[in-house]
Amino acid sequence: MSARAPRPGGVVGTGGDPADVRRRIAERAAREIVPGTVVNLGIGVPTLVADFVPHDIGVIFQAENGMLGYGAAPPPGHENGHLTNAGGLPVSETPGASYFDSTVAFGMIRRGRLDMTILGALQVSARGDLANWLVPGRRVPGMGGAMELAQKARRVVAITTHTSKDGEPKIVTECTLPLTAERCVHLIVTELAVIEVTPEGLVLKEVAQGHSVNEVAALTGAPLLVPDPPGVF
Amino acid sequence: MNAHPPLPPRENKVVPLARALEFFHDGMTLMYGGFGGIGTPPTLTKGILEKGVTNLSLIGNDAGFPEVGPGPLFVNHRVRRLLASHIGSNPIAGDQMSRGELEVEFSPQGTLAERIRAGGVGLGGVLVDVGLGTVAETGKTTLELEGRTFLVEPALTAEVAIVYAAKADALGNLVFDKTARNFNPFVAMAGDITIAEADEIVPIGALDPECIVTPGIFVDMVVQSEGIHWTWVWEQRKEQA
Repeated sequence: MSARAPRPGGVVGTGGDPADVRRRIAERAAREIVPGTVVNLGIGVPTLVADFVPHDIGVIFQAENGMLGYGAAPPPGHENGHLTNAGGLPVSETPGASYFDSTVAFGMIRRGRLDMTILGALQVSARGDLANWLVPGRRVPGMGGAMELAQKARRVVAITTHTSKDGEPKIVTECTLPLTAERCVHLIVTELAVIEVTPEGLVLKEVAQGHSVNEVAALTGAPLLVPDPPGVF
Repeated sequence: MNAHPPLPPRENKVVPLARALEFFHDGMTLMYGGFGGIGTPPTLTKGILEKGVTNLSLIGNDAGFPEVGPGPLFVNHRVRRLLASHIGSNPIAGDQMSRGELEVEFSPQGTLAERIRAGGVGLGGVLVDVGLGTVAETGKTTLELEGRTFLVEPALTAEVAIVYAAKADALGNLVFDKTARNFNPFVAMAGDITIAEADEIVPIGALDPECIVTPGIFVDMVVQSEGIHWTWVWEQRKEQA
């Protein structure tokens, strides 16, 4: 492995249709889901991940609005306004599903019963700090359930575009935005790379097909440890 | 606690909407169930709006969507203060917050839920380690207990709590519907006065005692729901598509 220094302010954007970028991120993140585990998908792009998880691998999806075992969106006309995921989108019941109130929903999260959560990110630091809920002076939506999920799920996968719309790296040495939780992220998945947070630093595990290690390093705001050669996805 | 209108007898808590609305007044603290408007009592919130109640201090998971759940109370400038876990789905509440018209305090969702439950079960507060090392710590007391650090999160109650049930009986026993349960069972416990709106009011004895989620002792009044009068956001998106 060799360490590469960050080169901030590099190439702007990574190209591609935003919907296609989101789909690629969700598709790669879905491969992190282990059969037979309990998983909470955050609101936004993480919700798309469910579309890429095979139905027959026994994954139980938890929604913090009070459900274990939700399934795909019902066909048009069969939606139920009282049966949704935490993003308010209609879902269905799978066999063995259960409903409960929000204290129970967060009880199972705080108690460490969730195997994994996949959350969106505004910034992730080299230590695995996550910022995903607040842009001071610009966007003040509140943390919702993100602090519990980030701090307490056994494995936290942060998914994000590799850079902001302005081309600023979102993977950084230190987060400048208010944190959701400290040292919580295990893996970062972007449209360009899969990066593992390790005690030694960020390890570039995989690079997206058609992109180079140098390109990824230039768009990353923290040093990357690079195995020789990194995988391709 | 403020003096309030007389409550119905414990053996029959079912009241007309107009009687329940006597309990809402300007400047009150009001707690509501619901998650993104799902499970927020539609008939009571509409009644509060139509009665003209204002200067509200609200406690709930979120600010709904502009046309859904508690959202219209914000859109119509009835709210002075909000304690919630997020307002991301109601940009109008966000604008009011930015302009200083609406005072907002954020609490992590699970912490908020437990603070309400604590109020509902007569505790002084809860100890949580969620939010340590973040701005959620700001202004909070910390406490060391058996080698771990916790934030002291005070319990919450309100003058009136409103909840939305699938079924209720005249004793106030409640069952909920799917993910519309969310905050409702513990919000029901945390009101000095709790008013439940139910889609269906059934005879005493019709609810299986094993399946009752909220025992009627926590509920002071039951009103018949007129049902959802808004369009869900996913329906709006479908119409636009």
